Amino acid sequence: MDNATVDIDKVKPEEKQYSYLNLGPTHPATHGIFQNVLKMDGELIVEAEPTIGYIHRAFEKLAERRPYNQITPITDRLNYCSAPINNIGWHMTVEKLLKAEIPKRVQYLRVIIMELARITDHLICNAVIGVDTGALTGFVYMFQQRELVYEIYEEICGARLTTNIGRIGGFERDFSPKAWEKISKFMKEFPVVLKEFDNLLSRNRIFMDRTIGVGGIKADRALNYSFTGPNLRAAGVDYDVRVARPYSSYEDFDFTIPVGLNGDVYDRFMVRQGEMWQSLSIIKQAIEKLPEGPFHAEVPEFYLPPKEDVYNNMEALIYQFKIVMGETEVPKGEVYHCVEGGNGELGFYLISDGGRTPFRLHFRRPCFIFYQAYPEMIKGSMLSDAILTMSSMNVIAGELDA
Amino acid sequence: MADSQEEKLVSIIKEKFEDQVVLVEQLYDFLTITLKKDRITEIIQFLYDHPDTKFQFLTTLAAVHYPDNNQIGLMYQLHNMYSNERVRLKIYLPIENPVAPTLTNIFAAANWMERETYDFYGVIFEGHPNLKRILNVDEMIIFPMRKEYPLEDQTREDKEDDMFGR
Repeated sequence: MDNATVDIDKVKPEEKQYSYLNLGPTHPATHGIFQNVLKMDGELIVEAEPTIGYIHRAFEKLAERRPYNQITPITDRLNYCSAPINNIGWHMTVEKLLKAEIPKRVQYLRVIIMELARITDHLICNAVIGVDTGALTGFVYMFQQRELVYEIYEEICGARLTTNIGRIGGFERDFSPKAWEKISKFMKEFPVVLKEFDNLLSRNRIFMDRTIGVGGIKADRALNYSFTGPNLRAAGVDYDVRVARPYSSYEDFDFTIPVGLNGDVYDRFMVRQGEMWQSLSIIKQAIEKLPEGPFHAEVPEFYLPPKEDVYNNMEALIYQFKIVMGETEVPKGEVYHCVEGGNGELGFYLISDGGRTPFRLHFRRPCFIFYQAYPEMIKGSMLSDAILTMSSMNVIAGELDA
Repeated sequence: MADSQEEKLVSIIKEKFEDQVVLVEQLYDFLTITLKKDRITEIIQFLYDHPDTKFQFLTTLAAVHYPDNNQIGLMYQLHNMYSNERVRLKIYLPIENPVAPTLTNIFAAANWMERETYDFYGVIFEGHPNLKRILNVDEMIIFPMRKEYPLEDQTREDKEDDMFGR
């Protein structure tokens, strides 16, 4: 073949020469350990083969050996961008198994925490979409707000990233005045920043040109791939666990579910942006309507008592000992509980045979399920769009690999 | 989910697959139907297409090893997005020959879920396009989630791994 006269568009597919690009496992642009072997035609992706499991930590196996209250720290490490949702989801699963009645105040406090966690999750994802399109400003600006939320967590449970927040039955203590102060500070400051971030990107011509029509998926394919969460809603399906199967008193709050149309990067961005506003509104309502009452349920056999009680109260000491040693009897049963995590329906399928540990615990991890659609979503797009698609799907390595 | 809806669903399944239904139960407000293993894809396809059920969303799929019965249980959780109904279907496979038909022809999402189940329990999904390990290393020769493989004893002393701080 004469090099000078080859028209690239007229070459038949079977005669084409492809190059293979190994994107990952560690690559600065992938925000985590993901490997994709890409078959490239110039800069267009023809096929992609993802390999996962680089940070697999056998959580389901570990859970079969741990008493129920020791499983909470495992759930932290699923989606570590919104760890409190995982913690509270797990607590609620166990409470469902115990048929424990949870006081309204606990439910409302949980809603506040979970919505704060949702904000941090979406905030990172959207800020990173900005970074991947070349706008670092928003990222730095938004990240500061995440810090404020982490300070709230710190005030409530003492930890920041892997929170291990709350206990089976409620919280370890009521929110302190300092925590309320920090929450109100965040509620006052964050909307201003979010509005500015919105102004920076949402109607920005460059950003829109870069994201509209990129990495799209249609609603029927998204459903067939069992998408949930913002990624499904961006494709136009208004499925949200908080509404479809309300838990923790979500039915008491007035909020809307933002939906997109094309399921592309821009729609995912806008859906997350809208959800942050909704979360703020839910937190506001929860603070206004917050009932008085105890901060934990009356399940002494499972609720790890506060430390001052352990030192001064014989019963509390006994229960503390029994819980820590995993000596309490758990009812037999089979429970499925799901919560709306940062990325979609986070499910806990728990089989208890009455022993000190679960007989089987299966996590329905939304990332694991929707990431398999990634090759289909980036087919025919450019390499730089593939990076953008991944960050806009908010694939979290911890949740993907369990 | 109202009880009448569930009764209707059970009667729809029983009408066509009377001989396949082993057990119908409510487990913590979750309708669970245990079925015989042979016609599972047919039943799921039927539930997918039937205008009154429309279970067109596969929420999750998980296996459970029951060492006492030498069985592997397989659980499919389906969701009808139109009426917000959920159902859990269960089948049991013998441990010597854990073979189940694949769902990848109905749900694209079943692909990785089945690979994960194969990876951890060794369930062979017949007709799966790419049934290989997904989270564990390819060289692994066991199916680690089976109950005969316990976690390492934390107090064992025969290993010299001071380097790892134990």
